Amino acid sequence: MSATAEAPALIGTSGDSLREAFGKALSSLANEFPKLVVLDADIAGGTGVHHFRKSHPARFLQFGIAEQNMMAAAGGLAAVGLLPVVTTFAVFCLRAIEQARLSLAYARRNAKIVASHPGLDVGPDGGSAQSLEDLAAFRAIPGMTVISPADPVEMALATRAILEFEGPVYMRTGRSPAIRIFGDDHTFEIGKGKIVRDGNDVTIVACGVEASRALEAAKMLEQDGVSARVVNMATIKPIDTELLARCAAETGAVVTAEDHNILGGLGGAVAEALAATRPCPIEFVGVKDVFGASGEPEELATLYGLTAPHIAKAARRAIARKG
Amino acid sequence: MPAQSQKTLLKHDAPSARELATEIAEAARFTRKHAIASIFHAGSGHPGGAMSSADLLACLFGAELNFWPDAVSDPDRDRFVLSKGHGAPALYGIAAHHGFCDARAALKLRKLGSPFQGHPHVLDLPWVETSTGSLGQGFSVALGMAMGLKLQKNPARVYTLLGDGELQEGEVWEAAMCAAHHKLDNLCTVIDYNKLQSDDRNDAIMRLEPLAAKWRAFDWAVAEVNGHDIDEILSAFRRASASHGRPAVIIAHTIKGKGVPYMENLPHWHGSVRLTHAQAEEALTALGATRSEIKDLLDVSDR
Repeated sequence: MSATAEAPALIGTSGDSLREAFGKALSSLANEFPKLVVLDADIAGGTGVHHFRKSHPARFLQFGIAEQNMMAAAGGLAAVGLLPVVTTFAVFCLRAIEQARLSLAYARRNAKIVASHPGLDVGPDGGSAQSLEDLAAFRAIPGMTVISPADPVEMALATRAILEFEGPVYMRTGRSPAIRIFGDDHTFEIGKGKIVRDGNDVTIVACGVEASRALEAAKMLEQDGVSARVVNMATIKPIDTELLARCAAETGAVVTAEDHNILGGLGGAVAEALAATRPCPIEFVGVKDVFGASGEPEELATLYGLTAPHIAKAARRAIARKG
Repeated sequence: MPAQSQKTLLKHDAPSARELATEIAEAARFTRKHAIASIFHAGSGHPGGAMSSADLLACLFGAELNFWPDAVSDPDRDRFVLSKGHGAPALYGIAAHHGFCDARAALKLRKLGSPFQGHPHVLDLPWVETSTGSLGQGFSVALGMAMGLKLQKNPARVYTLLGDGELQEGEVWEAAMCAAHHKLDNLCTVIDYNKLQSDDRNDAIMRLEPLAAKWRAFDWAVAEVNGHDIDEILSAFRRASASHGRPAVIIAHTIKGKGVPYMENLPHWHGSVRLTHAQAEEALTALGATRSEIKDLLDVSDR
């Protein structure tokens, strides 16, 4: 853990969406990773890989609207020495999860799955398109690394990291403009969480778009005299148990925050890790085992309980439960 | 058994057509006998499809694949994917015959600690190209290999064996469309068309016909052969290799349980079954095994 207690500059401006940041990063890394090929199922404009299609057309592989074939074919591409990155929406990764299981994870292929449009962050497309299950589902596959970066800076770093990493990875991007929370000096390491704001009373563990909301919640709590630590947990699997146990020991209460079902995702991973190491009160912020609906992401976050005030409230509940 | 291993020597011996057919027929017999014995010892396994595909596998390994036991990691090797993963006992049998694995070890099918799992697994056996067992996926993986080899200008070819029931998986037709679109003429698909699947005839479960017309409509080069006629199969492989700009499919009409009279054409023998000693003995006898061979295959004590 290289994070210091100093919070990095909270830049707070709305920036590129995570999918755009991913697509641009992939394109810029292509020359460095000559074996990299990108697989698309007719939604390059949606996943951000239109940048790669333009910059490296010969290594952009079109599979049409047929995700199961695309997912398993990635196993074949990896088997002959290429570095495939499968791209589609998160819900369609669920459609092809059995292909990811058998032909990528079970066969231990060095293939990457990058899913855009996760969670309520999808917005107006509505409940059918909002994957609230992918972190839980992919986390349950043996050998699958699961990542959900928080902002465009981290997304670019994570894109490099997954290409350098050997083994199957599932990584979430995001559809909507993302708030930039990290400075240019941000670092990313698979499997490591990072304290992005220090505090003593409670630890908020967040991933994806909830990281910026967690930071906002910590500011709100500070105004009420509550000192909240914020951990950006970009790697959901393998979870950083050591950091979690330390935070639980030092703050005595934990809140998890994710744009995902509260069952089985980040909250589940944190609860499992702490139950086995340093049990403490945990509150879960996420979608409460229901489907989403159409609406703007912020409207949905308010309706479904994912905003900063919701996180702050959960933090107070967790603190109140301390022995 | 061909002995070459150097990349530059990657080709099969060219005996006379008659010698080759005799060798392949012997390999197919070995494969069937081995599969029956391994399924007997396992107490479960799918004998019907192993019997129907034995001649196809014997032709592939005996004359078509540039794939050798001491060059299983050679990047230029041809790839074979058993998409119908439940046909594993036949794959293990033909692989043993050609020296990819030990025949006695391969009798430990489905046993704890054995690399010969009920469905082939790439991490267990170095000569298995990918893990299969979920129908449709092996075909897509083979497509990915063919695509990747072409991208890297590697002339190796990719072969895959599908079951007929497998064709009911939507993924198969996603892959069929994709392979034709990308003009993967380095991909050759063989269909073990034994007309039976787990619960009943294909026709009763979900009709496949007109099957050749379907593949033609997907713009594949299509051949139909008697899947137990070695000359016909070899000739179809030669034509498939010559296909330019289109992937090739060989629809091999086969008999489920072929070679074991009490199994032939009965769906019951598709599924995972427990063979009694008497059934295994009867099957091996029908396959031409001698008394001592039967004893050796069924009654060895170190398992």
